[in-house]
Amino acid sequence: MEEVTMENVTLALTTRLNEALGWARKYSIFQYPFVTACCGMEYMATACSHYDVDRFGAGFPRFSPRQADVLFVVGTISHKMAPILVRIYEQMAEPKWVVAFGVCTCTGGFYDNYATVMGIDTIMPVDIYIPGCPPRPEMVLDGLMKLQDKIQDQHTTGVRAVSEPRPDTL
Amino acid sequence: MSTSSLIESVADRFPTAVSASHTYRGDATVVLRHESLLEVARFLKEDPALQMDFLMDLTAVDYSTFGKQPAPAFFSSSGVAVTPSSQIPDDDPWPGPPGRSRFAVVYHFFSTAHKHRLRLVVPVEETALELDSLTGLWLGANWLEREVWDMFGIGFRGHPDLRRILMYEGFEGHPMRKDYPVKKRQPLIPALPTETTPAVETTATVETVESGLAAIETRDMLLNIGPAHPAMHGIIRIVAKLDGEEIVDADVEIGYLHRGFEKMAEIVDYNGVIPYTDRLNYVSPLINNQGYCMAVEKLLGISVPERCHYVRVIMSEISRITDHLTCVGATAMELGAFTVFLYMIKAREYLWDLVEKVTGARMTVSYCRVGGVKADLPEDFAEPCQKAFKETRKVIAESDALLTRNRIFKDRMTGTGVISAEDAISYGITGPFLRASGPAYDVRKDCPYAVYDRLPFDVPVGSHGDNMDRYLVRMEEMEQSMRIVEAALRDIPPGGVLVNMETGRPIPAAEMVDLGKVGNITAITDSRAVVGPTLEGADRARYPSIATDEKRAFLPPKEDAYGNIEGLMQQFKLVMFGHGVRVPEGEVYFPVEGANGELGFYVVSDGAGSAYRVRVRPPCFAIMSAVGSVLTGESMADMTPTFGSVNMIGGELDR
Repeated sequence: MEEVTMENVTLALTTRLNEALGWARKYSIFQYPFVTACCGMEYMATACSHYDVDRFGAGFPRFSPRQADVLFVVGTISHKMAPILVRIYEQMAEPKWVVAFGVCTCTGGFYDNYATVMGIDTIMPVDIYIPGCPPRPEMVLDGLMKLQDKIQDQHTTGVRAVSEPRPDTL
Repeated sequence: MSTSSLIESVADRFPTAVSASHTYRGDATVVLRHESLLEVARFLKEDPALQMDFLMDLTAVDYSTFGKQPAPAFFSSSGVAVTPSSQIPDDDPWPGPPGRSRFAVVYHFFSTAHKHRLRLVVPVEETALELDSLTGLWLGANWLEREVWDMFGIGFRGHPDLRRILMYEGFEGHPMRKDYPVKKRQPLIPALPTETTPAVETTATVETVESGLAAIETRDMLLNIGPAHPAMHGIIRIVAKLDGEEIVDADVEIGYLHRGFEKMAEIVDYNGVIPYTDRLNYVSPLINNQGYCMAVEKLLGISVPERCHYVRVIMSEISRITDHLTCVGATAMELGAFTVFLYMIKAREYLWDLVEKVTGARMTVSYCRVGGVKADLPEDFAEPCQKAFKETRKVIAESDALLTRNRIFKDRMTGTGVISAEDAISYGITGPFLRASGPAYDVRKDCPYAVYDRLPFDVPVGSHGDNMDRYLVRMEEMEQSMRIVEAALRDIPPGGVLVNMETGRPIPAAEMVDLGKVGNITAITDSRAVVGPTLEGADRARYPSIATDEKRAFLPPKEDAYGNIEGLMQQFKLVMFGHGVRVPEGEVYFPVEGANGELGFYVVSDGAGSAYRVRVRPPCFAIMSAVGSVLTGESMADMTPTFGSVNMIGGELDR
C-alpha cells in the first residue's frame, strides 16, 4: 500500500478531474462541418433524424471555428481550397480535434491529379480517419465513438499527440 | 430541320467560311474558319429558320496526341476494335479531327423553337491562340470562355473579364492540355494564399445622398461570402459590393472543388469513368451514369434492351426526387425551417433504401455500364417502391403545408432572385431554374431519349422566374417523377424478374472457378453461379434483358466467364489493362435531363482504350454564371434563398 502523501492526493485528484473533463467534452462535441463535396450528403444523412448524431452529444454544428472543437473535413480538398481549410483550423481554439471524413480527405482517393490534395494530413494533423467513398452513416458513427474515446483519454491541457509525418513522396 | 438542311443553310450562306461539314451519329457538325465565327454565330442566333437561342456548350479539344496513343501489343495482334454494329447504319463515317491545327474550339447550339442542334468546330492554330468572343451574343459565353482560357489557354478577343475560373491565380500552365502532366501539382500552401483580385471595383466610393433630413455619407462595402459560409451548402465565394443592405455588384468565384474529372476521364478506360460520373452531381448520380453511358453507346452505335432503358429511367427518376428533396430541404433550412429539412432528409432515406436495394450503394452507385446496367431490378421491386413513394408523398404534403402558405417563407421567396426568360436562355440556363421563368424546355420532352416518349408526365412551368416559382416547380416535378416511375413499373417489359431462377443447378462461384480450372466444363453447363450480393440480379438468365448483346462492349455473365473459353476471353479482353471497350474514332454529344437541367456529355474518341476527351456540360455552371447579375440590386438577405434555389452542386459545377 502506498503512503498517503499530499503529492499522491493531488495526483489522484487531477486524474479524476481529467476524467471528468474528458467525459464532459466527449459528450458535448461542437463540430464544424467543413463540407465540400459528395460526403456532405452522407454527413447530412448522419446528422438528421434517421441516424441522429445527437445521441452522441454531437448534434449541434457550429459554423464559426471559434465556437467549434471538432473540425469535420467532409469531402475532397483541392489545392485551391487548402489554404482556407488550414486557416479555419488555425482559428479554432484548443483543445481541438480533426476528423477526416471520407477517403478523399484520408488519402486523396481516386482523384490523384493536379487539382487535389492527397490527404489532409499533408497539411494539418488528423485525429480520426473515416474512410469510405462516402462512408455510410454507421461508419461515421463508429468514427465518432472512436473520437469520443480519444477525447476521453486526452490530457486536460488538450495537447495533441503529434502524429507521424507522412513521407514526402506520395 | 434535318441535319443535312441545317448544314446546307449555313454552308450556302457562308460558302467561304465553312471549310468542312459532316453528320456523324445524327450530330450535325460544321467546321469553320476562325475569321467568320462571330458572323456565323450571329446568323445562327438571328436567322428565323435556325433560331439557335441556346449556346449549350463551349469547350475545346487539344488534338496534339490524337491517334498517337500507343496501342498495346496484345491488342494490336487481336484487333478487335469495336466496329459499329448493324443497329445504326454508318454510311457517313467520321472524317477525323478538323484540320492540322492543334486545338479546336467546339460550340454546341440548340434551338428551343425548332428543337435542332448544331455543332460548330473552329480550329485554332497554336501560334494564334485567339478567337472572337461570343459574350456579345450570349451572356453564358462569359464563363464558358473563361473556362476554355483556364484549361486550354485559348484567348478570346473582346471578352470583358478573361481570367482563370476553376484554377487559381498563380497556377502555371493549362491543365487540360495534353502536355500538362496529370500529377503536376502546384500547391498554394504552406505559403499563404494569394488573394485573387475580385472583378468588382475595390476602391470604396464615397457619395453624398440627399435624404429628407440631412445629407448622409454612404460608403460601399465589400463583403466576402464564402468559401466557408453557413448559408452556402457548397463552396463558392461571392464577393458582394454592398450599399447598406443592397447588393450593388457581385462577383462569383468558383473552382474550389475542381478535381480534374475531365483529365481523369482521359486516363481511365471507358467503364472506369463511371465512378467519376457518380461524383459529378452526387445528389442524383444515376442520371449522370445514364447520360455518360448513353453518350458512349451513341458513339459505339449500340443500343440496350428495352427493359434496361426502363430500369435506367426508373432509377434516374428516383434520383431526381432525391435531388429535389435535398435542394428544397436545404433552402428551407437556410431560411429557418429546419423541420422541413429533417422531413425531407427522412424521405430521402426511404428513397436511398430503394436505390440500395437495386444497386447495393446509397449514393455513389456506379450502376450503369456502357451497354447496360450492372444488374436487374430485384424481384417484386414495385412493392417497396410503392411504400417509399407513399412516405415521400406524405413528407411532400407535410412540407407543402409547412412552407407554401407560410408567411415568412413566402415573403422571402416571392419576388426575389428574379430572372427573365430571355436572360435565362441567354445564360444557357436549363432545368427547373429555366422552367420557373416560363419556357417549358425539358430534354425528356423536347429531345426524348430512352423511353421517355412513352411515359406520361407533365412539365411544370412558372411565370415569375423568382425563388417561389422555382420551389413550386421542384415540388411538382417530384410528383411527376413518381408518376413516371409508377408508369414505368407498370409498362416495363418482363425480363429477368420472370425468369425461373430454379432452372440450372446453383454452384458457388468459387467452386465453379475450380471446376473450370480443371476443365470440367460439362459440370458447369446449364448451371447457375451463386455470386456475392453485389452481383445479385446479374445471372446469365437475366442478361438479355439488362445488357446489350454486343460482346465487345459488355462483360459476360459469371457463368460464361467461369464456364467456357469464349466467356473467359470476353471477360479478359474487357478487363485487362490496355484492353477494355474499344470505341471507334468519332465525336458525339448526348444530352439528358439532369436534376438541374441539360446534362450533356461530349465524348471524342481516337479509337484507343480510353476516351480522348470527355466534356461535361454541367447544368449548374450556367446557372451560377447568372447568379452574380441576379443578385445585383437585391438585398443581402435575399442572397440565401436565391443561392438555395440554384441548387449548386460543387462536383458538377467545378468537376
